[in-house]
Amino acid sequence: MDQHEYFGDEIDSSDSSRRSFLKQSSALAALVLTPPAAVAAVNQGLHEKVAAAFEQLPLQVNINGTVRQVSIEPRVTLLDLLREQLHLTGTKKGCDHGQCGACTVHVDRARVNACLTLAMTTEGCTVTTIEGLTDGDRDRSGEPAASPATARLHPMQEAFIKHDGFQCGYCTPGQIMSAVACIREGHANSPDEIREYMSGNICRCGAYANIVDAIMDVKKGGARV
Amino acid sequence: MNPFQFTRVTTPKAAITAITKESGTYFLAGGTNLIDLMKREVVIPERLVDINKLPLATIDKTATGLRIGAMAKNSAVADNELVKKHFPLLSQALNAGASAQLRNMATVGGNMMQRTRCAYFYDTSMPCNKRSPVQAGPDKGQANGPTGCGALGGMNRMHAIFGASTNCIAVHPSDMCIALVVLDATVNVSGPKGDRTIPFSEFHRLPGDVPQKDNTLQPGELIMSVDLPTNRFADHSHYLKVRDRASYAFALVSVGVGLEMNGKTIRDARLAMGGVAHKPWRLTAAEEFLNGKPATEANFKQAATLAMQGAKGYGENDFKLTLAPNSIIDALKTATKTA
Repeated sequence: MDQHEYFGDEIDSSDSSRRSFLKQSSALAALVLTPPAAVAAVNQGLHEKVAAAFEQLPLQVNINGTVRQVSIEPRVTLLDLLREQLHLTGTKKGCDHGQCGACTVHVDRARVNACLTLAMTTEGCTVTTIEGLTDGDRDRSGEPAASPATARLHPMQEAFIKHDGFQCGYCTPGQIMSAVACIREGHANSPDEIREYMSGNICRCGAYANIVDAIMDVKKGGARV
Repeated sequence: MNPFQFTRVTTPKAAITAITKESGTYFLAGGTNLIDLMKREVVIPERLVDINKLPLATIDKTATGLRIGAMAKNSAVADNELVKKHFPLLSQALNAGASAQLRNMATVGGNMMQRTRCAYFYDTSMPCNKRSPVQAGPDKGQANGPTGCGALGGMNRMHAIFGASTNCIAVHPSDMCIALVVLDATVNVSGPKGDRTIPFSEFHRLPGDVPQKDNTLQPGELIMSVDLPTNRFADHSHYLKVRDRASYAFALVSVGVGLEMNGKTIRDARLAMGGVAHKPWRLTAAEEFLNGKPATEANFKQAATLAMQGAKGYGENDFKLTLAPNSIIDALKTATKTA
């Protein structure tokens, strides 16, 4: 490999031989071509820092049933990968600090805050976003949908519409992803339990009562989520 | 977020080697605290060592109790049948913390390593001895002495009433750790100098003159697991968390209780408080008083009075001087089913 060392699942953004080569070669070049200040900068490792800033690493992750191979900086969060690079903008950026739940997605079926998840840590994982919650290309009978209006929704999406579980809608994708996980985890047995286990999803419009109704409805209906 | 180097490891040995190699290297576990701190530039790592693929997420029965791997998720521990049956206090404390999403990400080791939520620590424009132990001078090489503590004399509603120093009055934020100190847990760590075991009550430390140090881990050490010894507290334990909203908020005050009862008499007591000190605050004086005493409100009040000796408010948090003893009494009543 030219840039990265691989040890099975292990990865290293720059191995020591490459780093010392960089240092050496730049120092040599610098001696010939550049003034003493630049030589000092290289000797202090600045060159290496600049190189690190643009370094991209390979990532393979299954998103909504499709295996994606991307090249990203290590500092990219799963939320930014989804929205900025893969253009899956259904997942919302609210606080970006793990306090509001708008970015809730499933990683290996567990609900997590995508804003606090470095994308690199999802190597080999399966990610589901609101776009992948159900096969929206088909209608309720499983036939290819004639139009978006007849496309089938997930039972939780249907329930949010039925119970008016939103007003502005910005928190809704996160609420729905969280609600689906809440039922799967077995933590949706009463309104009190739902309120506790949905407390990581904030709704500034205050649609909480209707959100709880929607989740209770799906839970009682026994639909497979 | 500042750029950094990234290393993914699959063995504890590789993790320890990677973190020992260069300064500015941090382990990345669940990331629920570290990534947030990096976004706010409170912590600026040169390199992250991703330890999420380490095989340390198991929960196993042992000859002396239970061993919980450092990488076990908080939700997995809280929902584990053995934990729920034998150590319900731990399950209750875990479920009192954060949100369902964060508990799916956060690990046992990471929970122990989380930093204070003191607003002055998080705001890089504010003075904080914990974040910046030495103030940068006009010339970057020169130090101007300690940075100072913004919370001391500032907005300190959430802050410590026990064991604080003039350098730092921040509190340790974990719920899980309160349960672990009550349950006499021990921490197994591995490092460049070998393996060792740390009693849980000695894992975290008071700020003193070194507020930047939260715990007693040595450089390069990795938390491997936490051991819980078998006890007789399961039928009489309780975690009471008092906070500003019903869920998803840090504790103003919390109380962890574990009691072994003989009829209506307390045979062996364990008590600790959260939200009141730089570490899980074990109430040893109250424990000693309660041992051998009947479970009565009068005794609970006396225990709470003993527990509050040495408490000190800093203005906005003076209410904790009343809230804390009341919470102790309330938690004891619930644990002994005498409420």
